[in-house]
Amino acid sequence: MSPRACSLRHSIAVLALAWAGQCGASPAIEPLPVEEIAPGVHVHTGHQATWPGARGDEVEGDVAGLGFVVGTRCVAVIDTGGSPALGQRLLAAVRRATPQPVCYVINTHVHPDHTLGNAAFAALEPRPRFVGHARLKASLAARAPFYREALARDLGIATGEDDIVYPDFEVEGNAELDLGDRRLLLQAWPTAHTDNDLSVLDQSSATLFAGDLLFIGHLPVIDGRLLGWLEVMDRLARTQAKRVVPGHGGPTADWRAALDRQRRYLEGVRDGIREALAGKRTIADAVESLAHTGIDGWLLTADFHRRNLTAAYAELEWED
Amino acid sequence: MNTLISLLLAALLTLGLAGPAQAQQKSDPDNPDANATWQQMRTSMFQDRAITTPADAVLSLEAPERAQDAAIVPISIRTHVEQRPERYIERVYLMIDNNPSPMGAVFHFTPKSGRADIETRVRIDAYTHVRAIAEMNTGELYMATRFVKASGGCSAPPGKDMQAAMASLGKMRFRVEGEVEPGKPALAQLMISHPNNSGLVMDQLTRMYTPAYFVRRIQVSYAGEPVLSADVDFSISENPNFRFYFVPTGEGELKAEVIDTNDLRFETAVKVGAGS
Repeated sequence: MSPRACSLRHSIAVLALAWAGQCGASPAIEPLPVEEIAPGVHVHTGHQATWPGARGDEVEGDVAGLGFVVGTRCVAVIDTGGSPALGQRLLAAVRRATPQPVCYVINTHVHPDHTLGNAAFAALEPRPRFVGHARLKASLAARAPFYREALARDLGIATGEDDIVYPDFEVEGNAELDLGDRRLLLQAWPTAHTDNDLSVLDQSSATLFAGDLLFIGHLPVIDGRLLGWLEVMDRLARTQAKRVVPGHGGPTADWRAALDRQRRYLEGVRDGIREALAGKRTIADAVESLAHTGIDGWLLTADFHRRNLTAAYAELEWED
Repeated sequence: MNTLISLLLAALLTLGLAGPAQAQQKSDPDNPDANATWQQMRTSMFQDRAITTPADAVLSLEAPERAQDAAIVPISIRTHVEQRPERYIERVYLMIDNNPSPMGAVFHFTPKSGRADIETRVRIDAYTHVRAIAEMNTGELYMATRFVKASGGCSAPPGKDMQAAMASLGKMRFRVEGEVEPGKPALAQLMISHPNNSGLVMDQLTRMYTPAYFVRRIQVSYAGEPVLSADVDFSISENPNFRFYFVPTGEGELKAEVIDTNDLRFETAVKVGAGS
């Protein structure tokens, strides 16, 4: 089908939905591999690697857990991948799975591996609502220039300002989205992994998309508030969920054990830094002295453990 | 297909359509003199005066090889010159070549500082040289440089929780570390709760840039005499933190005054006595 035919079809509102399945995805775009982990719940698991990766490697920004949930009326996409191209591939995966239109694109938080694919969905007709934590917009505005720079520097991908798509549906507290015989319950959290974490619970299948409130394999990364995150994890643990899709690592039914593992790591960082502060160590000394502590069994520790120690020190030195 | 897109985008990139990254200077780790920003700064600040480097006998600079958290990169400048009235380090310049505002801080010391050491934390996003330049009261210049690689992953220079930073704005912590002996340089730490933001963020609704809001000046005195003053900017991390020396003489008050770009003033003081 030619692009012209597509645009003609799109101009006819009644047919638009029916044709969306064919028109949106160019056959040249390879759909991102996804697994249907529960009826209508499709999940893509990213590489255990740092975003964005290097030019020519297999990662190409594909490091986060992404997904979409299909209702009888429409589809909600949850996180969009670490580059505009990955967003296109996720869209192609949606098209392959269902003819339903995408009505919501939800970002679980600001990080580029979860948000930079948004642009692929912004071009859809009708345009989906972009859903995020009430503090996502400010955070994304502050960070987008650095994310775009990293894409250019490390992957050679040039982006424009329009490639950064901001939320137009902001969640404070909680919200419910209706996909047609299927409701998603959204929870905006106080500062934890970031200051704009949003989790998504599909009530029909009891699947929780935790975003980066839960890491599996990939070392947890503190980019918000360590003590806040530990508190949020307590509340998250009370969710009635049969399975969890983490921001990094594969979906799991054994998610409380994964949450415990993450808690042990973060508490280890907290306790180590508190001890270093009590011992009047400087930030640089504290980071070096704890550089090899508490990281057994985790991946990407060379990339993130020292960073976590640095952030934790800057937070905890203000404790009373 | 993906390869083709990559090639196409790479071509666009070389045409200069890449955004803010392209405005930044390239830095060669092995050739700190080559950076264009540095060359401009050098000319405007120091003209053709000689700058001795390396200058391990005068000062050294410690920084991590890689910025772990781009928003919080610990920097330590150590000096090896006694602050005597006849010859002392009068200023230390902290420069980060590829930051939006390369001159991150100018610290002013006196003989009563005891030592012209300084520790702080800065924001670093790009691969860059960091420089500490000591200027003696007699005019000689000495420089230490370190190359710092940008952080990997999703780390970025803006602060982690702007709302929390504004809520505790101006809160300070000030303390003297260790035993105080009259006449011997003592270490002090000043912590200031402040978002210290760059203002380089565009408001998505108004398309206007948010105003920069940062601590611009710090003045520390002991027993009424200046021991440290500093002109700083948003290259310094959120919640600015400084460790420095002064020479206690007996009983006296160590007092800090902080002024931000809205001309808000914050003051704090700590009593210093022998054996405290």
